Formats: sequence, C-alpha cells, structure tokens
Amino acid sequence: MPKITVPLGPQHPALKEPGSFMLSLEGEEIKDAVLRLGYNHRGVEKAAEARNYVQNIYLLERVCGICSHAHATAYVHNVEEIAQLEVPQRAKAIRMIVGELERLHSHLLWLGVAGHEIGFDTLFMYSWRDRELVLDALEEISGNRVHYSMNSIGGVRRDMSNEQIKKVLGILKTLEKRIKYYITVGTEESTILARTQGVGVLPKDEALKRCATGPQGRASGVDRDVRRDNPYLLYDKVDFKVITQDSCDVFGRLVVRALEMVESCKILKQVLENMPSGDIAVKAPIKIGPGEAVNRYEAPRGEDIHYLKANGTDVPARVKVRAPTLANFESVAYMLEGDTLADAPLIIAAIDPCFSCTDRMSLVQTGTGKSGIMSFKELRAYSIEEYKKKGIDFSKL
Amino acid sequence: MIKNLKEKAVTWSRIKSPWVLHYNSGSCNGCDIETLDALTPRFDIERFGVLLKGSPRHADVLLVTGAVTKQQAKRLRRVYDQMAAPKFVVAIGACACSGGVMYGCYGVLGGVDKIIPVSAYIPGCPPRPEALIDGVVKLLSTLKK
Repeated sequence: MPKITVPLGPQHPALKEPGSFMLSLEGEEIKDAVLRLGYNHRGVEKAAEARNYVQNIYLLERVCGICSHAHATAYVHNVEEIAQLEVPQRAKAIRMIVGELERLHSHLLWLGVAGHEIGFDTLFMYSWRDRELVLDALEEISGNRVHYSMNSIGGVRRDMSNEQIKKVLGILKTLEKRIKYYITVGTEESTILARTQGVGVLPKDEALKRCATGPQGRASGVDRDVRRDNPYLLYDKVDFKVITQDSCDVFGRLVVRALEMVESCKILKQVLENMPSGDIAVKAPIKIGPGEAVNRYEAPRGEDIHYLKANGTDVPARVKVRAPTLANFESVAYMLEGDTLADAPLIIAAIDPCFSCTDRMSLVQTGTGKSGIMSFKELRAYSIEEYKKKGIDFSKL
Repeated sequence: MIKNLKEKAVTWSRIKSPWVLHYNSGSCNGCDIETLDALTPRFDIERFGVLLKGSPRHADVLLVTGAVTKQQAKRLRRVYDQMAAPKFVVAIGACACSGGVMYGCYGVLGGVDKIIPVSAYIPGCPPRPEALIDGVVKLLSTLKK
C-alpha cells in the first residue's frame, strides 16, 4: 500500500490554534507523525526585556489566555524572590483561589473540546454552559472573565469581601453537583468509552522519558504535582489528593481531569472558609535585583517553569518561560503512531495543547533531524558568526 | 425588476444566516475561547443564524483573533483568498485590531488590517461575548443598506 501524507493544520477545524502535523498514513493507520510548531511565535520573552516589571505582569498574562494566572503568578513569584518581599497571607489565599478557579475553567473547557472531538457535541455545550459559572465567579473576584489581572508585585490588586466569598461558595455548590454528573458521564457513557479507551496510549516509561507533565503524565501513572512536591502559596496548608491513573490512554486523561476538578473544589472550599485576614499587598520597589530566580507553578496543563534574571534596573535582563504544553508535545508523535487518522484530533486534543504558550525559541537543525537547546555561550557564538556573515562584528560587545 | 428582487432575496438570506470561520493568527487564546463561548448555550449566537464552519470555502465572515505573526500572515492571506465573495472580516480583540500588547514584538507584524481588509473591529482584551455578538449584528445591519 502506498504511503499517503496528510497535512493537519495550521488552519484546521479540529485545531483551535495553529499547529501543523504531517501524518504519514498506510491505509487508516498513522505510521509517522511530524510536528511543526512556531506559528504562534510572537516574541514575548524579548518584549519582556523592554517593559518594566509591572508592565510585564500584564504582558506575561497574555502568553496564554487560558492559564494566564499561572504565568503571571510564576513571574511575580520570581520578582518577589529576588526583591525578598514577604507576601501577606491574604494575598496568597486570593492568588490561590483565582488559580484553582482557573484550573476548574480550564478542565471544563478541555472536557467540552474533548467531547467535540469525539463528536459528542452535547457534552461540549453542557460543560461550556457550566464553565460560565466559573467565569462568573472569576468576574466577581477580579472583574474580568479572562485575563484576571489579579497579581501585583508584592500581593494582589483587589480584596475579596465576605459577600463575594459567600457567592463563590454558592457557585461551588452548584458546580460540585455538575462535576459529579460529568464523572458519571465520562466513566459510563458508552460513546466516550468506545472513543477514548485504548486510544493514544503512552506507557509510564515513555511518559517519563518524554517528560510528560501535568494530567498527561499523571494519567500515565507519573505521580508528580508541583502543588504537593514543591508547595507554593498556601498549598502546604490545604488537604488534597494528587490524582493518578494507570490506564495510560485518553480515557485516563479524562478521568484525571474530572477528578482533579473535585480536588480543586475541595481546595477552594478550604481556602474560602478559612480566609486569613490582613493586608493584600506590600509595597514593592521599582528597581529589582540584581539576582536570578526560577519558580515552578502547577498550571492546569502541567508544570510551568519561569526563569527571571534581574540586573538592578526597572526592566528584567531575561525572562524565560517553559510552558507545560512544550513538555507534553514530545509524547504526541509517539501516541499518534499506530493509531488511526480519525483518532488524531482527539489524541492531539487530549494533551490539552496550548500553542500560544508553547511557541518559544528552541533550535531545530533541519535535515540532520537533531534538535536541542543551545547554551547561552553557544547561542552567543552562533549569533556572532551569523552577524559576521552580514558584515557586523559583535564579538567585542 | 426581477433582478432587483433576486438581489433582495440574496441579501436577505445572507443576513439571515452568515456562516463564520474562526482563524487564530497568533492569539493568546483569550479571544478564541470568548469566540467559542459566544456559540455555547448562554450566549448562543446561533439564534442569529450564525454557524461556525470548518472550511473557508463555506464561510461568509472570517473572524480573526490575535496579532498577525510572521508565520501566519501568508496563511491568513491564503485563507482569505479561498473564501467566496462577498466576504467580510471581523477583527476580534485589541491584538487583532492593532497589535495590542504584542505591538512591536519581533515575531508580530501588527493588526489584521496590515494583511487583509477588515470590515469590523471589536476591541477589548478579550472582548466579552456580548460585544462580539453586537459587532457581528452591527456588521450584518450595514449589509441591509
């Protein structure tokens, strides 16, 4: 049988974002998958070097519209670490509330998209309707539905009143009932079972080898969660379970996300019922550093790593973002191989890809098939070489 | 007389059910989820006859979200060219209108109007689904004239 190559993307109805997959098929079966990223590369990291620390909160929030609080929080954690600021407990609690609500909205969003890819549009409409409740809660707290802009350096920008806390608790009550319903649908509905069980299998050793993080890794039995392993904010004071599954397929990822929503509700209740009192922010200096910091944050999609280098001015010297989807993309090609073309959109959707987060700079040498990340020295030497060809000498800088 | 009637009928049907295509030209996802939100039960843009389509060849209105990245400019142009006339473009969000917070980034060319003609701008970061519906309805009401 001749091999056929089917391009998927960058504009494709199954993908909400631009990414490109070249699928080599033999009949219905995918034999090889080649991934191409970078359609969404805007240059946020470079832009961050031209903006001051406060402006950067809003810029980095817009790395991604779904996990915007994750990026902004990881960034302010870095700034606060370098400036040695003690963030008030109440600010930490509010950050946590927004973070967990964000996880709820992201997982409900994923559930809907997964339903849509299966062809189960009723689930899509149901879960997106209930997602509106979470957005209502976020709007109540922050004033925005997307891009909450809650963080400031040294705390948060808005306080929560008792009425707001009561309202959010009320919303949680309704949500819990709905989540229970989704767990039943997700684990018992025969359409979902038929389309997800045994699809996109990623065994535990492969998941470890390919650095899968977040729900993607946890569904393959990789028991890792930054919230528990390296607690930030008030996560060491709340009680929650890290959900893992060992079915290693799309079904496992669905179950992990559904059960994680229950845990998020549990965390939210604990925080909302025991809100610490006090200030919501401390005064932050305009000039930060010099110093370096790395922080991890458990975003809805997995581990989000931020690096910041400060040089004592009001703008950062370097901001580096490693978004969770980038780590998870490694395993997509593996999961696609051997599955059918009809399952491809679902397998891609199952990692909950976020291309706008992912499209950072990394070096891929075309032709040799090698890929890697350059060290600063190598990159510098490479750029000096490149500019020499153009007649500009940077080596003395 | 008959020609006039025919034109009227075509305009009427165009206004009654505009099919839209969503294209992400380098957005942060914020506008995309709000665009999709407009299709879901609470806002339900389908009550105005708006239907989301997968292919540019079926679509009347192109909804573009996000600042146009260098990688996407060529593709955006191609998608636009594939649409059958008459076609309309709606720029959703601050980035699509002007480049927004991404203005000046090395990977970003600017707003959508740098690449293709835009019929309606919906500002906001991201615009609420209500604003989106309002924009689309306003665009359709200009067609009546």
